[in-house]
Amino acid sequence: MARTLKGLKPGEKGIVTKVSGGTATKRRLMDMGITKGAEVLVRKVAPLGDPVEVKVRGYELSLRRADAENVDVELSK
Amino acid sequence: MSFRFALVGNPNSGKTSLFNEITGNTQYVGNWPGVTVEKKEGRAKKIKDDVKIIDLPGIYSLSPYTLEEIIARDYLVDEKPDVVINIVDATNIERNLYLTTQLVELGLPVVIALNMMDEVEAAKDKIDIDALAKSLGIPIIPTVATKGRGVNELMQKSLQIAQTAAVGSATGKSLNIFNKGIEKYITEAESALAAHLQDIPFNPRWVALKLLEGDLKIIDRLNLPGKLLQEIGQRRDMLEEEYGSDAETIIADARYDFISGIVKKTIERKRSQGALSTSDKIDKVVTNRLLAIPLFLAVMFVVFRITFGALGSFTIDWVDALINGTIAGTINGWLEALGAAEWLHALIIDGILAGLSSILVFVPQIMILFLFLAFLEDSGYMARAAFIMDRLFKRLGLSGKSFIPMLMGFGCSVPAIMATRTLENEKDRRLTIILTPFMSCGAKLPIYALFAGAFFANNQSLVVFSIYLLGIVIAILSGIILRKTVLKGEPTPFLMELPPYRIPTGKGLLIHMWDRGKGFIKKAGTVIFAAAVFIWFFQTFNFSLKMVEDPANSILGVIGRGIAPIFSPLGFGDWKSAVAIFTGLLAKEVVVTTMGILHGLGEVTESSTSLIGAMQTYFTPLKAYAFMAFTLLYMPCIAAFGVIKREMNSWKWTWFAVGFQTAVAWLVAFVIYQVGSLLGF
Repeated sequence: MARTLKGLKPGEKGIVTKVSGGTATKRRLMDMGITKGAEVLVRKVAPLGDPVEVKVRGYELSLRRADAENVDVELSK
Repeated sequence: MSFRFALVGNPNSGKTSLFNEITGNTQYVGNWPGVTVEKKEGRAKKIKDDVKIIDLPGIYSLSPYTLEEIIARDYLVDEKPDVVINIVDATNIERNLYLTTQLVELGLPVVIALNMMDEVEAAKDKIDIDALAKSLGIPIIPTVATKGRGVNELMQKSLQIAQTAAVGSATGKSLNIFNKGIEKYITEAESALAAHLQDIPFNPRWVALKLLEGDLKIIDRLNLPGKLLQEIGQRRDMLEEEYGSDAETIIADARYDFISGIVKKTIERKRSQGALSTSDKIDKVVTNRLLAIPLFLAVMFVVFRITFGALGSFTIDWVDALINGTIAGTINGWLEALGAAEWLHALIIDGILAGLSSILVFVPQIMILFLFLAFLEDSGYMARAAFIMDRLFKRLGLSGKSFIPMLMGFGCSVPAIMATRTLENEKDRRLTIILTPFMSCGAKLPIYALFAGAFFANNQSLVVFSIYLLGIVIAILSGIILRKTVLKGEPTPFLMELPPYRIPTGKGLLIHMWDRGKGFIKKAGTVIFAAAVFIWFFQTFNFSLKMVEDPANSILGVIGRGIAPIFSPLGFGDWKSAVAIFTGLLAKEVVVTTMGILHGLGEVTESSTSLIGAMQTYFTPLKAYAFMAFTLLYMPCIAAFGVIKREMNSWKWTWFAVGFQTAVAWLVAFVIYQVGSLLGF
């Protein structure tokens, strides 16, 4: 089922299928390793509900839900 | 022979430690030309040849979206250092190598310092360094920068490369980053450029890639004929059509695919992706839904408790006794023995010494606070604090990136305002610049220490803590108001690395603390010294340059009485406070210096609470609190004002910023004093 990174719950994993958004947003996401084929594990949500912490390419990255919405993922196990 | 080595790497890769380890005490700090980003340079010690080390800003990529990236890129392509030392975090190799794949394309010799190898060993991970070096086509030296391990080998290797120059051309082509399909377009773009090589001072393959990506910065700089750009533009369209995406994405994807391939072959991680490391376990508690915010407040409170508690007061008493007791007594003795004139005696003891001592007593306290900030930063907690608090910043319409400048604002507004350069969006930057001075800077600390010590002796740390919180609350409210009125706009993306928790090294902490704190000592010797002399002079003489008996009739007294009525509704309408606020614009510490001189601390006493006693006759606790609130919020010092002007690049915005801050300060102090009086405080 197609969904975005924003839709993943803590503990869920996804494979990135597409990164969209404005030039700067997209570039930032890609520079930080969120590119097609990358596996992203959602670690947790910040106490106030945003941002989220994900594990990607072996490190921890924090990003906002609004930006996570630009990342299409395929749920993986 | 003399060489230049550039140090390039991701933030949190240990670049600063490595730089300190290589250069020792030879480093000096300047600015990159035309911008306010700090430029650090030094000489490689332990090497006979003259090697200059240039520390480039910490970056994740050479894409031209932030000022740091542009600076680093411009330096590399324009200055062409002899060797690029790329520091790579071995625990986070995949993302770190992304920058490496871009660096090698510049056509400069690259050496990798594979750092934090001790952590890799501790985790029992295996990295086949030889195979990795072979797949990347560049030499790799394993290092542990914090312990100095591998640093000599790294320098020897770099030197060897510099001396033999161009050991194998480390260009992206030989790396085979791109598949044949993409490579075809790059080669075509490169051949299209072949006829214009005399106009291109950079590596043509790199330029070809940049033009294919549609990098506007490069297009602007090179001034190539329109026909050529059009031709390459067509290639871009074809590439994008063939791969069903935009060129930037296609190229970035290819880089990461290339890296994943290498990493799979050369690195064996003991732990699976989902498994929890010690760092993750700490994080589970620190950023826990329920615990995170109470823990954050508790950490901050403990820092204040120690800084302003028994330890802080002890250091104040100690320095006070040293300067106003021992040193003043000795100088007094000398002056009397020499039979110095009365005015000289007054200048040295009442002016210079009283002025300097009022600041120097707080130096140990400031150092303690900075030591804590360094610990929080180096341990990785600061990034978590940004993670926890980001939501609040979003409400202000600010990106969490504003959190870093604002945190730095607790040290000094000058570098903090400079740090707003990392914000890509202009409105975000303006708003952050206006709000940052509300974060109470270290120079204001002596003011609180003085007043809280005098009027809230039993709750000193609590009162100072509340002033810091007041600054944060006012910043939030101001942010909301400004965002809805003069600075409307969309927030920018917020992506931040959360580095693993690390135990900072003592040496690292001390360097970090000293980097920040030395400015205060320097200021005490220059600005504050000069201010003390001027203040003493203007409060000793009247307009006809005659010494006055009562300072109220002095030049400062007359000016002070002129502006004092503005502050009457705030509870401190006496001329001495007015003068202190005015002179505080030189540097905030001068508020205390002025108080010291104006309240006549010339008489050398053994009492450590000399100034505090004098204050108690002028202020009540409520007035003192209103005064602290005013000094917290009003227009920052001249140095910060200058940086605001430079960063805003507009007089209109600069005056708006300081006008807004001063108006807010007046209003808040007014409310505190008036409401407090009504409530009977």
